[in-house]
Amino acid sequence: MPDPQIAIKTDGLTKEFGSFTAVNAITFEVHRGEIFGFLGANGAGKTTAMKMLNGLLKPTRGRATVAGFDVYRESEQIKKRIGYMSQKFSLYEDLTVRENIRFYGGIYGLSRKAIREKTAALVERLHMEEVKDTLVKSLPLGWKQKLSFSIALLHDPAIVFLDEPTGGVDPVTRRQFWNLIYDAAERGVTVFVTTHYMDEAEYCGRISIMVDGRIEALGTPGELKARFGAANMDEVFLKLARNK
Amino acid sequence: MKIFGIFIRKEFWHIFRDKRTLLILFGMPVVQVILFGFAITNEIKEAKIAILDKSHDHLTRQISNKLLSSGYFILYSQPESDNQLEKAFQEGKTKLAVVFEPEFAQRLNKDRHAGIQLIADATDPNTANMLIGYASAIIRNWQMDFLGNPKLPYTITPEVKMVYNPEMKSVFMFVPGVITIILMLVSAMMTSIAVTREKELGTMEVLLASPIKPFFIIVGKVIPYLVLSLFNASVILMLGTFLFGMPIEGNLLLLMAEVTLFIITSLALGIFISTRTSSQQTAMMISLMALMLPTIILSGFIFPVENMPLPLQVISNIIPAKWFIIIVKSIMLKGVGLGEILKETLILTGMAAFFIALSVKNFKIRLE
Amino acid sequence: MIQVQDIRKAYNKVQALDGISFEVGKGELFGIIGPDGAGKSTLFRILTTLLLPDSGTALVDGLDVVKDYKKIRNRIGYMPGRFSLYQDLTVEENLNFFASLFGTTVEANYDLIKDIFIMLEPFRKRRAGALSGGMKQKLALSCALIHAPKVLFLDEPTTGVDPVSRKEFWEMLAKLKEKGITILVSTPYMDEASLCDRVGLMQDGRIFTIDTPQAITRSFPKDLWEISGEHVYKLLKVLEKFSFTHAVHAFGEVVHLSLPKGGAGSLEIMEYLLENGCGQAEIKRIDAGIEDCFMEYMNEYA
Repeated sequence: MPDPQIAIKTDGLTKEFGSFTAVNAITFEVHRGEIFGFLGANGAGKTTAMKMLNGLLKPTRGRATVAGFDVYRESEQIKKRIGYMSQKFSLYEDLTVRENIRFYGGIYGLSRKAIREKTAALVERLHMEEVKDTLVKSLPLGWKQKLSFSIALLHDPAIVFLDEPTGGVDPVTRRQFWNLIYDAAERGVTVFVTTHYMDEAEYCGRISIMVDGRIEALGTPGELKARFGAANMDEVFLKLARNK
Repeated sequence: MKIFGIFIRKEFWHIFRDKRTLLILFGMPVVQVILFGFAITNEIKEAKIAILDKSHDHLTRQISNKLLSSGYFILYSQPESDNQLEKAFQEGKTKLAVVFEPEFAQRLNKDRHAGIQLIADATDPNTANMLIGYASAIIRNWQMDFLGNPKLPYTITPEVKMVYNPEMKSVFMFVPGVITIILMLVSAMMTSIAVTREKELGTMEVLLASPIKPFFIIVGKVIPYLVLSLFNASVILMLGTFLFGMPIEGNLLLLMAEVTLFIITSLALGIFISTRTSSQQTAMMISLMALMLPTIILSGFIFPVENMPLPLQVISNIIPAKWFIIIVKSIMLKGVGLGEILKETLILTGMAAFFIALSVKNFKIRLE
Repeated sequence: MIQVQDIRKAYNKVQALDGISFEVGKGELFGIIGPDGAGKSTLFRILTTLLLPDSGTALVDGLDVVKDYKKIRNRIGYMPGRFSLYQDLTVEENLNFFASLFGTTVEANYDLIKDIFIMLEPFRKRRAGALSGGMKQKLALSCALIHAPKVLFLDEPTTGVDPVSRKEFWEMLAKLKEKGITILVSTPYMDEASLCDRVGLMQDGRIFTIDTPQAITRSFPKDLWEISGEHVYKLLKVLEKFSFTHAVHAFGEVVHLSLPKGGAGSLEIMEYLLENGCGQAEIKRIDAGIEDCFMEYMNEYA
């Protein structure tokens, strides 16, 4: 019987591409309602690990459950219970705000009534009443990200995966965005954030730092800073890289 | 001058390190030639025919022999009646039937007129037309030999293609066409993609911010493709002559000069497209839609220009390929000199100058 | 070395640059700090003569970016936002190509790029496309430096690069500065501001302020407190309602609370937190960072 308080659990999860080991036996747990930061430089294996958890890639070996479902056998169940947002792609730029919401609602099989209600609520919460019929491409970057995040939560997923959500955004918009994330976590949604922006890491409840396919450090930002005697996450990362 | 060499070397690196580009550059011409030469050929060889001879005299036998010895036809069946003939057609293998009317020789001697009926299976109209054409030509030939009297009322189709390609060998038609398409593809599409790729990568920004003159950037891009296009044209010509026996009646140097002229026109078009677009994808779409399609459809390569509706005939005049195909055919098949194709050459030169001017004018020293 | 006077530039209806003015002295390392969409790249393209401003003037090394663009192109090195390298050429080929673009050779200016190139040395024969982000960044910098430019324009050179490479990169810039090269660099990372001699904080086509990073943080107009507790989100919500609050922002595991100067002391804050069930929180007075200042300016201009 899976523990309902555990959102994600991996045990020795590994992915090999030929002779190259992209993800090397990672083991960790993410609790329900936690904001879990998944850090690493480009090419450290973050994306591959996330794809395995999303049910998009079959692991080479190891175990993993997401929302209580096995990643090998129950990827369809997993897909229904997760939301996904990436900085690069999520919204259709040539559709309006409302059309985007309707489209994604449709994908997850929400009823027409539910979509209507959720659209109204979402537009109100994001203060987007005036722009609900404008094309997404003409919105500022920060708005797009907030919209994209809200749409990822449209079908009330248990876990939401965020792939480098706030790169390059101004500090105020970034905080507004993180407020949305905190908000979601308060409601019990588990948030799994991958990023290579170290400053983003400090907002997470716990972080894991991945280097060359392995998880080299795991803990709360405070713990990690204390362990490495660092003032910020950037330094933690630098020391970690130097120790290698 | 040194910078020139460096640009050209770099461009060759790009070309030789990209498998897709290589495939298009070198695979395409060969595949196209083979494809047109063997697979899509509309040439007739050993078509199965039926002969219903209701006369059985020495003349019908002579004509039958003539037809069967041409190499185009083989005798598949000899039905005895119209009914049997129909069955032969229904069976599907018979493509053409030749029916001699009764008392053929007698009538021809007496009335100077006798009938031969040619029936073709028109489920494939192209082949049917072709077969009828071949058979008619053979019969006309025989008629000339037999009667030896030019006053008699027969006509020679005045079609140029028939005259210079009496056996209607389609290889003679498609070699100029394939050269045209390949040159257009390599020169226009590949250069426009090569330039827009640098825009996408952002390297164009660095090139522009350097002291190098835009003119050098263009020429550096163009020369490698000019060389490759010439190489390609030679390959196709060689395949055409050695594999399919296509003649080059005219001056080879003149032919290559005209080829170069057409390549320059296409390169200018490609550069012009790249000045107007910023992504490889758009450049490719525009090259395909705005260049390749008209080149294939309106140039007279597949559909004779004379058979097009008037508006399309008018439009075809602005297609460089149309003039180029006329030039290539004239040189290769008729063996004409520059004098006979001066008009076409001048038109093509004008087009080249126009597009070069246009692309130089449009190529910016800045990003916008 | 760089003089910019009231530059404006619009695309269609969007005002990308809305009256930008600043000056960069010889041998200075000047940073333009701002988020995506602030107009940094447009500014860089105007200064590197790639775009024409709608109005205003800009001089680089005393030359006008519009009239004297040819001369300027000889004297500057430019590294655009994405590392603009030929992905299918090797490290060496890229370097040689860019050197000959400026009519020089790698050997002629090897001294300048030596420190950087040593790190690239093991990958000389590797194609640029197969390099890591940090290596690409170093190669792009080498390519921009290879003709010994007087002014270096680096547009977001550290974006998307791991922290180790970022740190190394800034160390390289410090060395180049010592050699007398003027450097204009842009970045969305607020924490990189302190590595510049002077910075301009930029947003929505305008520059909020220009000064040394120290002067900017010193002139923060409010009292700033750092408050830490086990529950950042709750602290935020509670402090938003505090009557003295000017602004409150999450900073990782802590909260930064800014209050009007002399508005409230630690006692008032503690008392308020206690009343609202956050008695565990610790508070301390802190100096503002660039990020605090940036948000304060945004607030002011909004």
